[in-house]
Amino acid sequence: MWAVLQCMLTRDLILAIRRMSDVLTTLFFFVIVVSLFPLGIGADMDTLRAIAPGVVWVAALLASMLALGRLFNEDFADGTLEQWILTPQPLALLVLSKIVAHWLVTGVPLVLIAPLLGLQYDLPANALWILVLSLLVGTPVLSLIGAIGAALTLGLRGGGVLISLLVLPLYVPVLIFGAGVVDAGISGLDTQAHFWLMSAFLVLALVFSPLATAAALRISIE
Amino acid sequence: MLEASQLEAIRGDRQLFTALSFSLQRGELLYVNGPNGAGKSTLLRMLCGLVLPTNGEILWNGTRIQSLGDDYHKELHFQGHLCAIKSELSGLENLRIASALAGQAVSEQDALDALGHMGLQGFEDLPAKVLSQGQKYRVSLARLLLSQACLWILDEPFTALDKASVELLKSIFSGHLANQGIIVLTTHQDVAIDAATVKQIKLGS
Repeated sequence: MWAVLQCMLTRDLILAIRRMSDVLTTLFFFVIVVSLFPLGIGADMDTLRAIAPGVVWVAALLASMLALGRLFNEDFADGTLEQWILTPQPLALLVLSKIVAHWLVTGVPLVLIAPLLGLQYDLPANALWILVLSLLVGTPVLSLIGAIGAALTLGLRGGGVLISLLVLPLYVPVLIFGAGVVDAGISGLDTQAHFWLMSAFLVLALVFSPLATAAALRISIE
Repeated sequence: MLEASQLEAIRGDRQLFTALSFSLQRGELLYVNGPNGAGKSTLLRMLCGLVLPTNGEILWNGTRIQSLGDDYHKELHFQGHLCAIKSELSGLENLRIASALAGQAVSEQDALDALGHMGLQGFEDLPAKVLSQGQKYRVSLARLLLSQACLWILDEPFTALDKASVELLKSIFSGHLANQGIIVLTTHQDVAIDAATVKQIKLGS
């Protein structure tokens, strides 16, 4: 199992390095969307602090969705995906490895750049930490849920629009608790309950998403 | 070994074939013939389990392939129209990664030998995007040399190949058949492969 995971990670990281523009598009999209709000709203620190959690989280949602189009499309188009279905490995395991790799390439950069963007909103240091932690727990959930949508819309015309209709409503709980935890952090409230709930989302998504995605891929490939 | 009974395929509202039955034993070769659109690729994908037959069933050693699942995939090597080659990876990386994900990790030397055997010496480390269509296809075919599968299902393996490669591929096929392997293939070319038993199916007639 680890061999498969490792092989898939190596493969996707090599591909990401050789195709750097794909990674950077997602990252810059995130940076630009988050940076547009202070420019549009003005430099009132209290307002900015109040909207920061929501803005950063919505931008992360959209950036993560933007990256979903590439999750399976290329492997589908060049026939790699049908070879995966025909390997003796469980498809759900391959899918899980693929999602982990996808998150490393598209999710982790968002997490790392988030504190820098938080500074634009005058977030206090402890809130910056909470923002990073919430994204660290939340973005994998986004990738996992998104993978189901990506698999279902594979090869469809206008799949890009359809995927947003399918996936965005499912992102709502993560958004509520992700933004909520940062809000609570700014107000100095206890954040533990939020984090437990988000971890529960992550565990649930980790268990069920690969299975659902694998089933959806089998249907799409037929 | 491989047995198909009363297979039927319907695509949209068009019936491609119906009541198709055959069986293959070790060392046997099956040609699937027929004009474009007759359902050759559909039949091959059905034999892999990628497409479910509308009717009928496919058995491997007496068990339905759907219930065998990954145990059947161990015995199977499928080469479709698409060559499953990543253009950013070199031929060597493509080959090694595909083998590792298929659960048969190969050493670098074995992979180099296989590529060399397919006539790709000197091209091993080039990204696949600079290779020609035929060369990419040969990288893909190099997986056959490393495969331990018994059943090879190949969709038009001779297209995009030059004469020398066709001869090479024929000898690889004969070797596999002599080794008690099974091959199912489609082709539009007249290629004679040495085999103890050659079976033919004609679709779309």
